[in-house]
Amino acid sequence: MKATLIIARHVLQESVRRRVFAVVLLLTVLFLALFVLASVKAFGAPGQFTIGTQNLVGPSQLTAVTSVTLLSLGAFASLFLATVLAVFLTLGAVRGDAERGLLQPLVVRPLGRRELLLGRFIGAVAVCVAYVVGLYAAVLLIVHQAGGHWPDHIVGPGLALVAAITILVAMSLLGSVFLSTTANGIAMFMLYGAGLVAGLLASIGATLGAQTVLTVAHDIEIALPFEGFYSAALHALGSNQTGLARVLVNVGPFGSSNAGSPAFDVWGAFYLAVIAVLATVGFERRDL
Amino acid sequence: MDANTETAPTALAEPAPAAEPEPPPALLATGVGKRYGSVVALDGVSLSVARGELVGLVGANGAGKSTLVKISCGLVRPTTGTVTVCGAPAATREARRKLGYLAELFRFPGWSTASEILALHQRLAGSPGGQAEREELLELVGLSDVARRRVEGMSKGMQQRLGIAQALVGEPKLLLLDEPTSALDPAGRRAIRALLLELRDRGIAVLINSHLLGELERVCDRVAILAHGKLVADGRPEELTQSGGVEIQTGAGPRRFPNASREDIPRIVAGLVAQGVDIYEVAVVRSTLEDAYLEVVGPE
Repeated sequence: MKATLIIARHVLQESVRRRVFAVVLLLTVLFLALFVLASVKAFGAPGQFTIGTQNLVGPSQLTAVTSVTLLSLGAFASLFLATVLAVFLTLGAVRGDAERGLLQPLVVRPLGRRELLLGRFIGAVAVCVAYVVGLYAAVLLIVHQAGGHWPDHIVGPGLALVAAITILVAMSLLGSVFLSTTANGIAMFMLYGAGLVAGLLASIGATLGAQTVLTVAHDIEIALPFEGFYSAALHALGSNQTGLARVLVNVGPFGSSNAGSPAFDVWGAFYLAVIAVLATVGFERRDL
Repeated sequence: MDANTETAPTALAEPAPAAEPEPPPALLATGVGKRYGSVVALDGVSLSVARGELVGLVGANGAGKSTLVKISCGLVRPTTGTVTVCGAPAATREARRKLGYLAELFRFPGWSTASEILALHQRLAGSPGGQAEREELLELVGLSDVARRRVEGMSKGMQQRLGIAQALVGEPKLLLLDEPTSALDPAGRRAIRALLLELRDRGIAVLINSHLLGELERVCDRVAILAHGKLVADGRPEELTQSGGVEIQTGAGPRRFPNASREDIPRIVAGLVAQGVDIYEVAVVRSTLEDAYLEVVGPE
């Protein structure tokens, strides 16, 4: 375990001192600046949903819809930027580092390959979780300052985002055992995109009541559970909305009908365990 | 029994001191084979490196040198055969605690400093050496002045020397060096030669894999030659090389006596002087390790 923590510490140092971290920080600052601007504008000039002269959504409901939409946008950006960070921290962790000659000096030290992999996982998860939680908290504060509104749930969506990024880190590490750096990077962003498409499908399926579409979306969420956790986070942010406000949230780009479940949480844990086994066995068998 | 005969009183005799068990060799490869699909990289190679011995491993590209070294440090799994490091099976933690390794193609993270890299390897190797060990190793490879410089700001030769320092972290009993002088200038090579000899004096066994036969000839106790995955020669450099006779520089130009040895020189010189030949220089000619290598391996 000591060796695992040494490697995790090394990954933390690497994360902070590599240029990619500075790039992600710059992008984050840019995003937050734009998010502040968008929030101030959105709450400063709220739109109206009217038929003739009749307002369909009251001012408080409109504020809530605006808040939930902004919060969902923030959750999306938090996970996306954290995914960029996670992929860049792990995409070449095994095969890529071995091809560049970075891995061999470490592997010949008296530590197991399993410990080395676990250390990389813990280090990358620590960085990405801190990042996603920090960004999510910033989004909550910005929306609250701009519109005076807190989401319906605060901790639950945050934990779901943490689960999502943890699974993405694990997937990227697994990919790094078998794929070259470039191939793994491409594969990860394609899988991430596939997950987003599943979310959109689920949203469309729920709005139209199309069971087949919902089934397809659900199957993809099972295969890529980070998407299931992400959509559960979106759902929890506005789960107390009712009536037309609920409909408006659901048909928006960040709508979600997935409330999550303990069974899905268990599936996520099992999925991580399977990834851990596959990655360890693959790494143990690899000649370097 | 004669009373005057001196016999040692059996009951009081001190037991003969038990012979110290011979320590296992630093490296022992037995019948090691490695296949990559249909390609045979190693074919039943057996080789040992004694404690404190400096052994050179030579061979053409693809002869299996790096594969043997990688199997010895647990980076590659052998298809057949076994390797032990100081008696412990290769790739086990016990074996890894005993060895230091410098890969042919290696890199350190560009963001870290020389001192940080050594500190990381000290922690992983469980070395209690601390700052003193880091300073000593950097001094040993001539990098004391750049201890706090990032790797990305170092020349290739400096990184190579840092790699050697890294391999020496934790006082290994066996050092596996894969082309350690490939990126070094002549001064750097000379420094590494001196370092290798010092390591041998400290009792550290070294297996060095290199194409620079002249370098190996100068420092190695033994040289092993691999060809097509097989060990084709193994011996002391002077055993592998052959006498090429005696060459004498005379006033009329060089004269070669191909079958002569060192002991024949006085007789030959006396004969030439008696004939009135002016003699300027006398040398015993030996074939080089390169000649021996080419003879065994062929020009390929």
